[in-house]
Amino acid sequence: MNELTRKERMQLSRVTMPEQDPDSRRQNFTEVNLGLTPELAIEEARRCLMCRRPVCIDGCPVEIRITDFIGLVAEGEFDQAAKVIKEDNSLPAICGRVCPQENQCEGACVLARKDKPIAIGALERFVADFERDHNLMAAASPIPRTGRRVAVVGSGPAGLACATDLARFGHDVTVFEALHELGGVLVYGIPEFRLPKEIVRTEIAQLEDMGVEFVTNAVIGMIDSIDDLLGEEGYDAVFVGVGAGLPRFPKIPGENLIGVYSANEFLTRVNLMRAYLADSDTPLLELRGRNVAVFGGGNTAMDAVRTALRLGAAQASIIYRRSEQEMPARLEEVHHARQEGVRFRMLAIPVEFLGNADGFLKGVRLQRMELGEPDEGGRRRPVPVPGSEWLEDVDVAVVAIGNSPNPLLGKTAPDLEETPWGTLVTDEATGRTTKEGVFAGGDIVTGGATVILAMGAGRTAAASIHEYLRTGVWDVPDEPVEVPG
Amino acid sequence: MFEVLEANNLAPDVRYLRVRAPKIARRRKPGQFVIVRASSTGERIPLTIADADATQGWIALICQGVGKTTRQLNTLGAGDRIPDVAGPLGMPSRIERYGNVVVIGGGVGTAIAYPTAAALKQAGNRVVAIIGGRSREYVILQQEMQAVSDEVYPTTDDGSLGYHGLVTDKLADLIATGPPIDLVLAIGPIPMMRAVADLTRPHHIETVVSLNPIMVDGTGMCGGCRVEVGGETRFACVDGPEFDAHLVDFDLLTRRNRAYRDFEQRRLEEWETAQAGISQ
Ligand SMILES: Cc1cc2nc3c(=O)[nH]c(=O)nc-3n(C[C@H](O)[C@H](O)[C@H](O)COP(=O)(O)OP(=O)(O)OC[C@H]3O[C@@H](n4cnc5c(N)ncnc54)[C@H](O)[C@@H]3O)c2cc1C
Ligand code: SF4
Ligand code: FES
Repeated sequence: MNELTRKERMQLSRVTMPEQDPDSRRQNFTEVNLGLTPELAIEEARRCLMCRRPVCIDGCPVEIRITDFIGLVAEGEFDQAAKVIKEDNSLPAICGRVCPQENQCEGACVLARKDKPIAIGALERFVADFERDHNLMAAASPIPRTGRRVAVVGSGPAGLACATDLARFGHDVTVFEALHELGGVLVYGIPEFRLPKEIVRTEIAQLEDMGVEFVTNAVIGMIDSIDDLLGEEGYDAVFVGVGAGLPRFPKIPGENLIGVYSANEFLTRVNLMRAYLADSDTPLLELRGRNVAVFGGGNTAMDAVRTALRLGAAQASIIYRRSEQEMPARLEEVHHARQEGVRFRMLAIPVEFLGNADGFLKGVRLQRMELGEPDEGGRRRPVPVPGSEWLEDVDVAVVAIGNSPNPLLGKTAPDLEETPWGTLVTDEATGRTTKEGVFAGGDIVTGGATVILAMGAGRTAAASIHEYLRTGVWDVPDEPVEVPG
Repeated sequence: MFEVLEANNLAPDVRYLRVRAPKIARRRKPGQFVIVRASSTGERIPLTIADADATQGWIALICQGVGKTTRQLNTLGAGDRIPDVAGPLGMPSRIERYGNVVVIGGGVGTAIAYPTAAALKQAGNRVVAIIGGRSREYVILQQEMQAVSDEVYPTTDDGSLGYHGLVTDKLADLIATGPPIDLVLAIGPIPMMRAVADLTRPHHIETVVSLNPIMVDGTGMCGGCRVEVGGETRFACVDGPEFDAHLVDFDLLTRRNRAYRDFEQRRLEEWETAQAGISQ
């Protein structure tokens, strides 16, 4: 029960997420945020004004019933709260940790104006963790099988969310993953200290319990094409959730020196291949005592720079071409990075990498930028300042300036129409591609975006795949499709 | 898990592994490779598919034990299992009717060249194979090559088998005395491939090499396999592994392949010590 008046509630301050001390966490890979206690969660939930028009929900890409779940948290009904969230978000333990809440629910919250929005992300994470830690995750109830078979290509958030809903509809689902481990960016990109892999594994185990089949080491396009899946492999529909995995490089001299990594390579070596553990056979260049420069200002850049610190870098810097306000990374990551001692150098770009005779990186020539006119996206465009170049010592550089879609699958399916950026053309409302029976969602459609958008797209596609299998009609349906609870 | 059906040594530290992988066996084309992980803490390494049988559902890998992972693979015997084998990966070899083709294999490079040689033969080319090794026990697949080539010239550095000299010496002979050559395919150690490229360049003989940079995913996702060809950066795992030998920056490839030398050496020593402990 919430006995406080609205005015009293507005006086309360936002609870602080307990976290590992920066000095110690800089030396380990365990999670930085420790999670709310039940007491803190209730305290925070009680601050919620239970707005009659909850604008927070408008800010949530999948429209979680935020007021309902927060109300249940305030009453200590944590497992019920988890069930409410799961109606709209199948991966709350993950989203509670990685969503850019300040641009979504918390950014919209009326209390954001007072700089203390309800900690919706922390609460979401709390109830999901509570459910998992107390073994309250609902066992899958037996569902009548439809006998229809769907192939899901890619096991990132888009594929996992799509598979979940398809399994709930009673379809036989097989997920094909190119790598040897499941989870997409959640396992190869986002580090352990931000998203423990155990959480991803639990979600996948749940899907296995629901009868979803997983095939690793299956590079679709190489081992089977989409036509093979729909043809000789006998699938009735295919969902493509292969992400945007092709690393971009700045195209400057010296970028093939040893020590210039793409963020994908650097993070894959550390996360997927576990190069941070002593028993891993995957090498990584020595970072202890070295200067590491990470180029970019997104989550990927923050993950890379903080990983470098944890691997012993003497200095780890973020070098970004715009100013701090334009950095697309989650606020919390920037804050954590700063606490941990990351150096931020804004308004600079690399123009040349320099190496020694053995081909190892030794330095970088940087150029100062200034902000000019706003671009199409409304962010002020960085323009180089002539004659402003300078040299810095760098032993390892990580390039985190974005990814494009990997053309590997598209090349083997010429009838899947692509945009000039290499993303797949789809109908947004249904996830239909230009090829009958094939749906797509996530980063392969939007370009690098967010976990929640990928997950939402996976669910949208699952609903229209279900509709397609039920009716056999490929044209856009008139009635809205339903998402299972 | 991928079961090893048969295994035997072709040369010192070079092992033939026949692995059950029906799907890959059906889809693979000459020139393609797989990414293998030898243990749950293992790294991902590329190995060329040296042979395959679609009806029996196996692929053959030929593995030279140079580091821990390859040594580990070379301890496997029939009935053992490999945790991860992903593929087929990479662009298949370009198989056309060129006319007179010389296929050069150096050491285990012969195993990589073999399926392409067979396909070139089948496409109606005259195939001459030069297969080299330090000494006779390092020359592999001579009989197999014989079966798919019009002529086979083994070469050894010490003269213990066939032609006494380097594969490039033999190639120079053929260029000087044989019928005009339309294509050279050279697969082996980097210095050998570079020497072949240098030899054929002035004669304007189209020359293809198969590059072996360090890889991680093998699907174009990491860029670790970057090579420069004609001044442009390419990802060997998806754009290659075969490239125009005359345009490849071999210096860069050589340097990049040395990136982790210390680590690799350390891992190998640790592993050998542990192995010695087990066998005592
Ligand atoms: C380092 C990093 C940090 C990030 N941090 C955040 C964050 O904090 N918050 C946030 O919201 N978003 C974050 N993002 C973005 C977010 O991770 C992505 O938007 C999201 O994962 C996209 O999901 P997806 O399912 O579309 O693709 P992915 O997660 O990329 O998954 C695609 C999967 O498909 C597989 N695949 C590719 N090709 C094939 C093929 N041919 N056959 C079979 N399988 C294939 C891939 O191996 C991969 O496993 C981050 C991204 C990165 C790289
Ligand atoms: S907008 Fe903020 S205060 Fe209002 S209901 Fe949503 S979380 Fe609660
Ligand atoms: S091995 Fe990763 S892109 Fe080629």
